Amino acid sequence: MSAESSPKIVIVDESPIRAAILEEGLREAGFTGVVHISEMQSLLAQIFAVDPDVILIDLENPSRDVLEQMFQVSRAVRRPIAMFVDQSDAASIQASVEAGVSAYIVDGLKKERIKPILDLCISRFNAFAKLQDELDRTKSALEDRKVIDRAKGILMKVKGLTEDEAYVLLRSTAMREKKKISEIAQSIITASEMLK
Amino acid sequence: MSEPLRIGFIPLVDAAALIVAVDKGFAKAEGLDVTLVREVSWSNVRDKLNIGLFDAAHLLAPVAIASSLGLGHIKVPIAAPFNLGLNGNAITVSPALHAAIMGEIEGDRFDAMATAVALARVVANRKKAGAEPLTFGMTFPFSTHNYQLRFWMAAGGVDPDEDVRLVVLPPPYMVDSLASGQVDAFCVGAPWNSVAVDLGIGHILHFVADILVRAVEKVLAVRQNWSEKNPDVLAALVRAAARAAEFIEQPENRAEVARILAQPERIGVDAEVIQRTLVGRLKISPDGTMRESGRYLLVGREGAARPEPVQAAWLYAQMVRWGQTAMSPEALKTAMGVFRPDLYDKALGRSAPTTQASDAIGAFAGPPFNPDDIAGHLAAFTIRHRKA
Repeated sequence: MSAESSPKIVIVDESPIRAAILEEGLREAGFTGVVHISEMQSLLAQIFAVDPDVILIDLENPSRDVLEQMFQVSRAVRRPIAMFVDQSDAASIQASVEAGVSAYIVDGLKKERIKPILDLCISRFNAFAKLQDELDRTKSALEDRKVIDRAKGILMKVKGLTEDEAYVLLRSTAMREKKKISEIAQSIITASEMLK
Repeated sequence: MSEPLRIGFIPLVDAAALIVAVDKGFAKAEGLDVTLVREVSWSNVRDKLNIGLFDAAHLLAPVAIASSLGLGHIKVPIAAPFNLGLNGNAITVSPALHAAIMGEIEGDRFDAMATAVALARVVANRKKAGAEPLTFGMTFPFSTHNYQLRFWMAAGGVDPDEDVRLVVLPPPYMVDSLASGQVDAFCVGAPWNSVAVDLGIGHILHFVADILVRAVEKVLAVRQNWSEKNPDVLAALVRAAARAAEFIEQPENRAEVARILAQPERIGVDAEVIQRTLVGRLKISPDGTMRESGRYLLVGREGAARPEPVQAAWLYAQMVRWGQTAMSPEALKTAMGVFRPDLYDKALGRSAPTTQASDAIGAFAGPPFNPDDIAGHLAAFTIRHRKA
């Protein structure tokens, strides 16, 4: 794809990692004109300076409402932008909202040129969400292990159990009370702190 | 029965009826298991309601109409069976703009015509001096804030599209933008005006009730087809919201309501600031000047919760006046059909009120609003959008 035919794309995202992942994906797909905006002050002015064909923004960003203004004709908006909005787009809108991203497209850009950008954007956002989710789960698993270790220590000390016995006691209590082992462990820690 | 519902809201005081309905257990008593989802933008609320990620939403009344008409986005017919609030916004200006307006004003400073004329002089002086045009922040193109600002300044002779800049800003950014001089004024809902005054960077110039006596601000919005498939659930939700609105309006409950709304996962600002707006007694200047109004924010009282199609017609007329859409009798009918007093009456087992105010809007300028002749009504206003 020549530079001339590659649409100019602006990514508005306060998460630098996610923006980098998206930018890399777009470049790999041959979209070379990608600009990342992370500063929300004077957002419209920054966008007008780039004069993009496509704007991608994450849905956690309150400045999404600022972009909606670009559909209007007013002094603040020098070149009105229109999203390709017809009922047939409902499916892409649904997929993008679920992935957490929204696309704004300059009027006149052909739909078939937008589709690959939007699809790529959705898949990268979903991939990022999965990564984030895994990271969160790993973090909480680590957290759980720390709590369980502390509770085991308390049980060993107070009840004179071995480490294995302490763990068996935690596990059987959790099963009986239909709770997570980490929850039982946390209540042991809380109780022991109260009894100090 | 325990009907799970996901309802989106923006952290503003006029989400009170929804928040209180859930947090005081009124929704549960109606057999509803509501999850309130806090959102960061009106675009998100609109889109998530439209595609079914939300069953219902706290929504700007004009967005409900725009969505039903397919303006600005895909067309999804919306039903609004309950008004969450009337009025509730205020116009806050920087200390510099406040001083400039007060320097030019003739007459009462709470008279919207007096301030609008003074603003026109300030704008003319700036133009003569070659200064940048004033910038006004508002929350969304399809918002009461946008229309209230425009209505007010145009009455004084300021063309909102030519003489000043109107820019969209997310409510939580309003205060910072005023402090940094990015905007000279803004129109926003509670609590942000009070936050600016408390920080000493703004003066509340007007409560929007100075501009329009009764303006529908936020509605409880559902997809029209959802309302048809789930009439009982919707009626239960309307009853829960109505009970909450009644609770909120009892003066002895206001402190408790403010505490509920102040929770971090709800609005997340100081309860005292929220209480001011519920009571309608606000500090309007950094020097501590207070102003009281019985019409600051109406949640349910004075029949505020019952949707009146004439209100939808007025909002539609503003969209036409400012060039967001062209006048069409079918579109007007659609817009009026978004507001559903029939669903409200049915849910609450009430009959329609027999008396109607002669002018349901009560604007400070121009002739009384007539929904049967919008073109004629708009012709009375010299400043309006003109096709280039």
